Amino acid sequence: MNTLSILRARHLLIAAALAFIALFLVLPLAAVFMAALEKGLEAYAAALVEPDALAAIRLTLLVAAISVPLNIVFGIVAAWSIAKFDFPGKSLLVTFIDLPFSVSPVVAGLIYVLMFGAQGWFGPWLAEHDIQIIFAVPGIVLATVFVTFPFVARELIPLMSEQGRDDEEAALSLGASGLQTFLRVTLPNIRWGLLYGVLLCNARAMGEFGAVSVVSGHLRGLTNTMPLHVEILYNEYNFVAAFAVASLLALLALVTLVLKSIVEWRFAYHRRSAGH
Amino acid sequence: MDIAVNRPPPVPLAPAAPARAHLRNRLQRNRSVIPGFGLTMGLTLAWLSLIVLIPLSTVFIRSAGMGWSEFLAAGFSPRAVAAYRVSFGTAFAAAFVNGVFGLLTAWVLVRYEFPGKRIVNGLVDLPFALPTAVAGIALAAIYAGNGWVGQWFEPLGIQLAYTPIGITLALIFIGLPFIVRSVEPVLEDMSAEVEEAALSLGARPWQVFTRVILPAIMPSLLTGFALAFARGVGEYGSVIFIAGNMPFKSEIAPLLIVTQLEQYDYAGATAIATVMLVASFAVLLLINLIQAWSRGRMQA
Amino acid sequence: MTTFHRLHRFGAAALLASAALLAGCSNKADGDTAAVELLNVSYDPTRELYAAINPVFAADWQEKTGQAVRITMSHGGSGKQARAVIDGLSADVVTLALAYDIDAIADRSNGKLPENWQSRLPHNSAPYTSTIVFLVRAGNPKQISDWDDLIKPGVSVITPNPKTSGGARWNFLAAWAYAKAHGNGSDAAAQDFVRKLYANVPVLDSGARGSTTTFAERGIGDVLLAWENEAFLAQQELGQGKFDIVVPSISILAEPPVAVVNGNARRHDTEKLAEAYLSFLYTPQAQEIIARNHYRPVDETVAEKYASTFPSLTLVTINNDFGGWRAAQQRFFSDGGVFDTIYSRPRR
Repeated sequence: MNTLSILRARHLLIAAALAFIALFLVLPLAAVFMAALEKGLEAYAAALVEPDALAAIRLTLLVAAISVPLNIVFGIVAAWSIAKFDFPGKSLLVTFIDLPFSVSPVVAGLIYVLMFGAQGWFGPWLAEHDIQIIFAVPGIVLATVFVTFPFVARELIPLMSEQGRDDEEAALSLGASGLQTFLRVTLPNIRWGLLYGVLLCNARAMGEFGAVSVVSGHLRGLTNTMPLHVEILYNEYNFVAAFAVASLLALLALVTLVLKSIVEWRFAYHRRSAGH
Repeated sequence: MDIAVNRPPPVPLAPAAPARAHLRNRLQRNRSVIPGFGLTMGLTLAWLSLIVLIPLSTVFIRSAGMGWSEFLAAGFSPRAVAAYRVSFGTAFAAAFVNGVFGLLTAWVLVRYEFPGKRIVNGLVDLPFALPTAVAGIALAAIYAGNGWVGQWFEPLGIQLAYTPIGITLALIFIGLPFIVRSVEPVLEDMSAEVEEAALSLGARPWQVFTRVILPAIMPSLLTGFALAFARGVGEYGSVIFIAGNMPFKSEIAPLLIVTQLEQYDYAGATAIATVMLVASFAVLLLINLIQAWSRGRMQA
Repeated sequence: MTTFHRLHRFGAAALLASAALLAGCSNKADGDTAAVELLNVSYDPTRELYAAINPVFAADWQEKTGQAVRITMSHGGSGKQARAVIDGLSADVVTLALAYDIDAIADRSNGKLPENWQSRLPHNSAPYTSTIVFLVRAGNPKQISDWDDLIKPGVSVITPNPKTSGGARWNFLAAWAYAKAHGNGSDAAAQDFVRKLYANVPVLDSGARGSTTTFAERGIGDVLLAWENEAFLAQQELGQGKFDIVVPSISILAEPPVAVVNGNARRHDTEKLAEAYLSFLYTPQAQEIIARNHYRPVDETVAEKYASTFPSLTLVTINNDFGGWRAAQQRFFSDGGVFDTIYSRPRR
């Protein structure tokens, strides 16, 4: 094997990967931004400061601010119980945690309608006490929590399994309490993986469309999240505004990219300094 | 475990009985040392039940209310079976394409340096963040006969959008991050030295790939494949704009659920949902079992 | 530890920022609590119409009663919207695409509105009507003038899926009505006609606006079957001079009905307001807005004024020619109905 052909193979591989990425990721992204900026920056900005758009942005942030922390806590707790202990049925439990990935968004919305809708299990009781869950913010939060359920746990379980329990056992044998061990030993070990999981979870929480669409009720300015607002604008033939709001969501993904790069850089730095 | 012993093992395996004793030791030891199993497991099960299991059970209970023959009629009508074929077929094709190109992307991102690498790395997560409906509209615009890509295929008589090809294209977009993000960490952990050693011993690059790299990343590749596949089967928002939705040809199963709901037929809708759920669950469980088994083999 | 602390601080800052945003949000919402809320749950093509009517009604109401009113709109596919109301979306009024969807609410929501809802307001509770016309590409290159041109080989027709779209059901029934009026008028002949028609449909979108986009933006198809109001709107919004409207010899009178959802309105104490809102739709003032938004007004004076905009053609009605929506839905669009037989098995 001479180095020249290896180098050529390397370039070939890079080119193939980049072509694939360009075709499937860059092109749609470019299409979104092109459509958003078709009528200039002014129309773009106008679409984003319009009251209904602002309401949608606020609602999306609110929903993410509630559902992401919930999933952080769950993710850590679940990963702790699954990665640090052995018990029968572990694969089954992990599969249940994976399940929301595979449930059709249509069904993910439907299940909450079947639970909390007027004709659902708790419908009559909720109506009696005048509590609105679906077609209101709680329903949107529930659907979002469901859809983003696996992200943090899925990120942490392999990481914590790989790290094993030696560090924790050492800390415990030195007299640290369980909580101290978690805060001082486990958390620093998993924090970058955790942060990465949180970023993904957040991105998905803001971008979810299908499930939220079922439980939102589409009340303009009240229960429309950003993705739903995009659909409404699109259906109004207001393509510039629709793609402007969509591009904002894409920008969020790009911010995620920056944060993640920082995370990775810190991670590498952390590893290096730990090595010395 | 039995399968592990039957296969020719690459490394000598410890006999089963001592391994079991070892496991028992570990179990007993961690029960006494690491705290919080009861608490965290309890919380996990409670939260899982509350958010996922109990809500999902409504689907089963609703469809169970219709009786076996009605369930079969609704869940396995010719139209539904055709829709499953479209949904599962395109999801499989998309996961397969992603398996090849996602692996390639992960490999390039981990092993090589090139300008703009960080941007590419960040772009991989885009399908998670972009609302599926937006993705669907953008993809339809690109791949339609008058779109950036579609116009080059139109003269050849190949229609991309509004055919099963269009569905597959949308699902490739949706599933890509699952594969890349599953494989990436494992590739990162594998040192390049092993490959270099194999190469210096005279192995061909292809042999290194199939004998050294592929076995090591297979479990994670399978996980990514399963997640991308399962997600693709249920996907609605991005597909609906590009699918064409022709019965028996490009009609996906989630659309059929919507169709049933549109007729206020909740039982029929939940019957189709049940079939899809069970199938996806089986695929995921199988993959997780393979993973657990391979991890157990590695630890032993 | 320092990095961990920094992480901590970052989280706290993010939390504070979002809290501040939320506080801003709630302050704004509290601004005009004095206004009465009215929720109008409607279907897709009425966005522009109610965006124009609502402020006029609100001003009118305030003038008459001194009460400020804020009308919230919800738009979506007609069936999906009806389902949301059944499942607890607390609409004060519904303004949907077809009576069948409001019937469904009456049937399934434990008496939130009476079964005879449609006889409570004039004109079958439809303050505006429309019909189904053809939208073709500029200059009408395929020479499409009537329904029988749609079944010719090589003509590509865009229409949404009747199983998921209310508008598409009107399209189907209009085609059926044409087939019944021509040839020998038998059901078998009509069935054959619609089968040929749908064989020319390359894409079945799930909703009417999806079809319009497929036709106008993606450039697919030679003719779009559309509501008259949607055809006008598409012409206006998606490119002046790019499309022509063709009026067929026969079509169907589409009556999008409106109703107060009494159960909800009573609970919100908005029954009077809701009734006034729907009655307002019949006033000459509202009828003018309706006509300007390309719906056919039911008020005769206004209709006369806009007679040149809306060509006259033979219109069949759902009640006279199809025995009402319940019967039509059952016969044509339920599982195993006429529409399904068109698509039974791909190759035979």
